[in-house]
Amino acid sequence: MTGATFDTATLYGLCGAALVGIGLFGLVLDPKPIRKILAFNLVGAGVFLVFGVIARRGAAAGFGGDPVPQALVITGIVVAFSATALAVTLVQRLSSAATDAGQPGQAASVPPKGETGTPGQGDAAS
Amino acid sequence: MSLLADLFTVAAVTLGLVFFVAGTVGIIRFPDSLSRLHALTKADNLGLGFIVLGLLPQCAGVFDALKLLFIWLLVQFAGATGAQLVARVLRREERP
Amino acid sequence: MTETAFFDTLLVVTMIGLAIWMIVVRDVFAAIIGFMAFGLLLSLVWLRIEAPDVGLTEIAVGGGATGVMLLRARGLASAGDAMNAVPSVPFRVLVGVLAGAVALFLGALVVFPPAVAPTLAPLAAEHLASTGVGNPITAVLMAYRAFDTFLETVVVLLALIGVWSLTPDGAWGARPRVASADVPAPLLLLAQWLVPLGIVIGIYITWVGADEPGGKFQGATILAAMWMLVMMAGLRSAPALSSRRLRIALVVGPAIFIAIGVSGFHFAGAFLAYPDGLAKPLILAIEAGLLISIAAMLGMLLAGPPLEGDRP
Repeated sequence: MTGATFDTATLYGLCGAALVGIGLFGLVLDPKPIRKILAFNLVGAGVFLVFGVIARRGAAAGFGGDPVPQALVITGIVVAFSATALAVTLVQRLSSAATDAGQPGQAASVPPKGETGTPGQGDAAS
Repeated sequence: MSLLADLFTVAAVTLGLVFFVAGTVGIIRFPDSLSRLHALTKADNLGLGFIVLGLLPQCAGVFDALKLLFIWLLVQFAGATGAQLVARVLRREERP
Repeated sequence: MTETAFFDTLLVVTMIGLAIWMIVVRDVFAAIIGFMAFGLLLSLVWLRIEAPDVGLTEIAVGGGATGVMLLRARGLASAGDAMNAVPSVPFRVLVGVLAGAVALFLGALVVFPPAVAPTLAPLAAEHLASTGVGNPITAVLMAYRAFDTFLETVVVLLALIGVWSLTPDGAWGARPRVASADVPAPLLLLAQWLVPLGIVIGIYITWVGADEPGGKFQGATILAAMWMLVMMAGLRSAPALSSRRLRIALVVGPAIFIAIGVSGFHFAGAFLAYPDGLAKPLILAIEAGLLISIAAMLGMLLAGPPLEGDRP
């Protein structure tokens, strides 16, 4: 199998490269913040996949892949999740600050009594 | 003995796949959400059930077999709950 | 070879199709569900390239937890007029060309790899026995590159502090609201029956991670999911941000990690070095602490900060 230049790993590596491209496209062009975060995760998935393919090619010593990049990808997935959590919360907070009341989605369950302390904010936003 | 086990595996997994295909066709083709839900749960219960059943003779030990069965039970449980919750939302949307 | 090649190709085509669909579909909710399905497929890919540990992490964190997190904010997609401006056609073409160029460049790197594939696998194998663990990935995470893992847990903790600092004034210290007003009976049943099983499974996945695919990140995500289930079903409300017990749970893992790392100076001559023969028990101690802390961090990240109007 060493002679073949186009093996399973190559196929998935190309898939990872395509995912990065698709994700970048969505990240730059989609105007909605949540969809930017989604596209960003797509880029991340593609990068991790390319990294995983490099790990697969480093298979040696009886392991199916190089464990060092694999471990780093595990670390990366968890960090990407934390970054997503922070980004989602930022967007949530941003939109609740921008549109004082009548917020669609989850924030709709919050009665508007919350912003009694900031009467001027609604005027500034509109 | 081993040949018989292999034949059983092939037959049961094939049957399971049939249910998955039928369930997928159902999700795509059925007109309303409740019917689609029905198709989905059939694929989950019977499809996965037959695949797990087929894989049992291939297990290295009793513990592995138990783990497979346990996974099937968990999927059943989660699937049933998910279907109930989706159906609840559907019913609420029907009569506002 | 041919039948697996068929399966591989099918998987790749489905994933790329799903990725494009996620970008173009109008409904944000559909895109997020598509992302979760994408995570499932991606974990299949990890199995195909011999990385079951990564597959487990992807299915739990990448697809599952990230999807749930995105669902929390799906209603905000329409917020703000400025955020809905559609870019002009030339700009879209330009971005398409540039994104395509990046993808092509990466693809070329994949198709024309270096003559000798770089690998640290022989080194990892050589010293595996001295760590006492059988899973090389756990050895990398907990011994060879323990510093990375330590910093990672701190990064997750920092992200949580960041999320918490977005709490509206006046709601600081309150409990995040997770449970809905009326909890459906099936959800309640699921929470009552699944959670004990899930806790066992989470600890099991962590425990077998020493020798087989698994580990604390995967186990902690399952524990965090069980905690979310309990909170969503209203069996227990989320802890208040000011809760001392919560804060202890959050830092116990990193604290054990630091303590053992610093004592490495004295006993083994370097930060995070383990004395001979004690590597396995020390790794276990760190992993146990990290399991609690990471589960608490992920759970609180999923729960989010208290919202406007919540009172401590």
